[in-house]
Amino acid sequence: MQVFTILLLGFLIVCALAASFSKNLLNTILVFMSYSLVMSVIWILLESPDLAITEAAVGAGVTSILFFVTLKKIHAILKNNEDEDIDQEEGGSGE
Amino acid sequence: MSKRVSDEKYEKTLSFRFKQWFEGSKDPYLDVVEMKKQEERPQIQRHEQEERTILERVYDIEHNAKMRLFQKIYRVFSIVFCISLVFILLAAISHLPAIGTEERPINNEVSQRYIENGLQETGAVNIVTGMILDYRAFDTLGESHVLFIATGTVLILLRKEKKKKEQEVLEFSDRIYEPKNDVILQTVARVLVPTIMIFGIYIILAGHLGPGGGFSGGAVIGAGLILYLNAFGFKKTERFFNMKIYQRMSLCALACYSICKSYSFYTGANEIHSIIPLGTPGAILSSGLILILNICVGTVVAGTMFTFYAMFRKAN
Repeated sequence: MQVFTILLLGFLIVCALAASFSKNLLNTILVFMSYSLVMSVIWILLESPDLAITEAAVGAGVTSILFFVTLKKIHAILKNNEDEDIDQEEGGSGE
Repeated sequence: MSKRVSDEKYEKTLSFRFKQWFEGSKDPYLDVVEMKKQEERPQIQRHEQEERTILERVYDIEHNAKMRLFQKIYRVFSIVFCISLVFILLAAISHLPAIGTEERPINNEVSQRYIENGLQETGAVNIVTGMILDYRAFDTLGESHVLFIATGTVLILLRKEKKKKEQEVLEFSDRIYEPKNDVILQTVARVLVPTIMIFGIYIILAGHLGPGGGFSGGAVIGAGLILYLNAFGFKKTERFFNMKIYQRMSLCALACYSICKSYSFYTGANEIHSIIPLGTPGAILSSGLILILNICVGTVVAGTMFTFYAMFRKAN
């Protein structure tokens, strides 16, 4: 169990560094999501299941989704299928 | 929508003449009073030019010795500032009592009281919920209000004017890309959403018996609602949950919370015994008001999570 905890903590540190050094905002959010998930496992190991549930629901779930929507709003996620999206945007939106 | 007036009629109205005068295309007093048409003011142009040159010179780093000096000093000072801040904070930490010793501020009578008398006084098996919703219920009330106010603020920021709403929302917002009828997503959502909902309701209702409580259960339910919205689109979701329902729901929940808590504060502070029985610890209908408070908090949190997402999607 001790080894498992240390592994998780190491992963947590790697995730935190990766989230702050990543250039791609989408990757940052995904890394941040996994950070929250690992953090919720660590909360269980620290014997506070209340926090674990909250962390899993809020940190890994709702916050990341809100980040995704924000990125979409500021047109930061367009890279993969740029051509299609741009066509749609020009036809549909008058921003 | 206002009624459309024909062009001839429109040209005679006051607003059209005002608009013409404002744009400078025609002067209404040109024939009446002796007056010249306004020209482009050279002063403004000169001003703009000056501003441009100033900007160019300021950001022309190669020929600006002061700027370069400032940048160097700025870098050095920022590093010095950060390092000194680190040392100040470390020095402050080193004066705190060591971990595990008795003088630490966490070793006071409060936690002992919670652990020893918590079950008797609150009736909740889960001491954490007992603390959050009984001893420190006022904090939780503040938290719920903060959530509600945050939603209200986002609502004000992202709101559209009512005239534009009907057309523009349909045309320009995310909704036109919305129901893609993704088979995989819908099938998964059909299985997962009821499970998530029931799990969330369980977390809320069993908050005083096991791990969980209003906030976490509400967040789970909110996440389930968001999944449903993503799978089936706005149209289907708004049949059972829209802004009006959300507002009424959270208002009712907050009012209910406030009333329950004022009652228990009143009876607690005035040596009057509460008439609500605590029940047998471990039963679902026990621990007095905690179950009701949990439901209230869960309602507010679930609604807030979902409404945040919905408003982010809807707004332009």
